[in-house]
Amino acid sequence: MKDLNVKELNVLAAQIRLETLKVIRSRGFGHVGGSVDLAELLAVLYGAAMRFDPKDPRWPDRDWLVLSKGHAGPAAYATFGLMGYYPIEEAYTLNHPHTRFPSHTDRLLTPGVDLTTGSLGQGASSAMGAALGNRLDGRDSRVYLVVGDGEADEGQVWEAFHFAAAHKLDNVVVFLDMNGYQLDGTTAEILDHGDLPGKVAAFGLYTQQVDGHDVAAIYHALEAAHAHKGSPSCIVLKTCKGKGATFAEASHAHSSSPNEEQWAEAILAAEQALEAARQA
Amino acid sequence: MSVTLIGKHEKDARASRDAIVTALEEMMDADPSVCYVDCDLMGCLNTKGLWKKHPDRALQAGIAEANAAGVCAGLAATGKKVFLHSFGTFSSRRCYDQIYMSAAYAGLTVHVLGSDAGVTAAFNGGTHMPLEDAGMYMSIPNATVIDACDYDQLYSVMYGLIHTEGVTYTRFVRKDVTQIYAPGSQFEIGKGVVLHESDKDVCTVVASGILVDEALQAYEALQAQGVSIRVIDMFTWKPLDEALLVKAAAETGAIVTAENHNTCCGLGAAVASCLAKNHPTPLEFVGVQDRFGQVGPQDFLMDEYGLRAADIQAAVKKVIARK
Ligand SMILES: Cc1ncc(C[n+]2csc(CCOP(=O)(O)OP(=O)(O)O)c2C)c(N)n1
Repeated sequence: MKDLNVKELNVLAAQIRLETLKVIRSRGFGHVGGSVDLAELLAVLYGAAMRFDPKDPRWPDRDWLVLSKGHAGPAAYATFGLMGYYPIEEAYTLNHPHTRFPSHTDRLLTPGVDLTTGSLGQGASSAMGAALGNRLDGRDSRVYLVVGDGEADEGQVWEAFHFAAAHKLDNVVVFLDMNGYQLDGTTAEILDHGDLPGKVAAFGLYTQQVDGHDVAAIYHALEAAHAHKGSPSCIVLKTCKGKGATFAEASHAHSSSPNEEQWAEAILAAEQALEAARQA
Repeated sequence: MSVTLIGKHEKDARASRDAIVTALEEMMDADPSVCYVDCDLMGCLNTKGLWKKHPDRALQAGIAEANAAGVCAGLAATGKKVFLHSFGTFSSRRCYDQIYMSAAYAGLTVHVLGSDAGVTAAFNGGTHMPLEDAGMYMSIPNATVIDACDYDQLYSVMYGLIHTEGVTYTRFVRKDVTQIYAPGSQFEIGKGVVLHESDKDVCTVVASGILVDEALQAYEALQAQGVSIRVIDMFTWKPLDEALLVKAAAETGAIVTAENHNTCCGLGAAVASCLAKNHPTPLEFVGVQDRFGQVGPQDFLMDEYGLRAADIQAAVKKVIARK
């Protein structure tokens, strides 16, 4: 990991959030809430933790990112663009005909996307397969897997955790995006998980819980996860669905179709947040 | 069956999903054994009101389609009349073995609803685009498989389903659908609907779902060119209306199928199988030609996959030349 530079990571997170909004605005509507809430995580991963080469997206020694909650694609597209995988403007074609930037992450279309996701639950298993494959090859690459708390309804997520713990995949770090919401409402009213972090820990993952919008907290939890040997890790991120998107933050909406005025307001607010992070 | 064709190629102001919502609500109000299970997509089906009204029988199973399907089978074993909904991809591929074994093989009745049929999954893209869902259900013995085209057909089909035994699968489009039929039209599951016919017909187009309107447009264009065709809305893919199909093949001598689905395992395949056995006839297949889905606006996708009236016209001309 690079040394922790909180200001730098906060600036990067603000850039990711702004660009995520611009990517979705290019189509006019989309999965804003569950995309913008990953800005701090992606800033820490790509700004400090991960090994990657934008010139060689399939570099065998890279670390992997698997967005099993594939509808957060726009946040990944913003991040990859800022990292130099492609000019960010290319991602302003979200969901247009023949785009390389579809709603859900697709390994055949977008440089930087390691595994295809969209049907919730499936990325959890394929991420474990990639981690196992890297271990078989003797590589020290890590796999970073992002799972939604609604997505954790899927039994497959728990089969993947069971598998990873049984096979001692300590080259995996799972991020559980615990924003408390899924599509129809709160996770509590739809199918209450009870103690979700406790359940993950009971499955044999070394589990920590942090504020998902605090880059330093995420950074330190990652350090501890990397130091932990013998079992996979999970970092539970307490997040706010819609964080920093003026039209989605209060409602925690799953998908949003803002009007022009609302878009303009949201972009302005995200630009101001970026400026504030730079001045901090 | 009592059906009135509107066929003005105009969008219905009513969202077609609301036909399901209305029918479900009426059924749940009238019969305490009717249950409805959803997988975190009530917002998409517009059934949150039903969830509030009947919290004991309108159930959230969360994003866990395989479990939901198994739960529906268990509910059915206690005599409940169960409807299960998710997007078509997930109410087929994501829970297929549970529907197959726990429900169908076990002789239990579950009514599965799959929204966003075929290319209408549009902006959700290829991962969410069911192009094989109906084919999967057609390969379950004794299943009933429906590709519905509009509000009034869906409403009538819902009342047909409640009296149908075994596993049923109904794929539909949630909204922005062209109105084909007048309110009050009544359909019989397993019976195709003849929309145009004359003794001059030189070909029959067998369509369903969003391809019905395209077929009607092709009919008008061909009519203007002096080519008369028969048009059938074959909304029930299984059991197929073989008598109607064989009669059309015998009388018109050529068939074009048109579907919003992979042609290798859907309506075209079913029609081909029936005709090969009963009345070999030149055939052309309009539909998705063994490709994956992709993201984009529905209009773009209909062009991209060749699901237009123009594609039907071209297929009609080609098949007539093969007679
Ligand atoms: C198997 C499957 N079922 C249903 C869906 C439709 N869907 C997409 S996102 C979503 C809600 C996801 O909630 P969560 O995982 O908590 O994501 P977040 O709130 O972080 O966006 C649903 C139901 C899907 N993509 N895959």
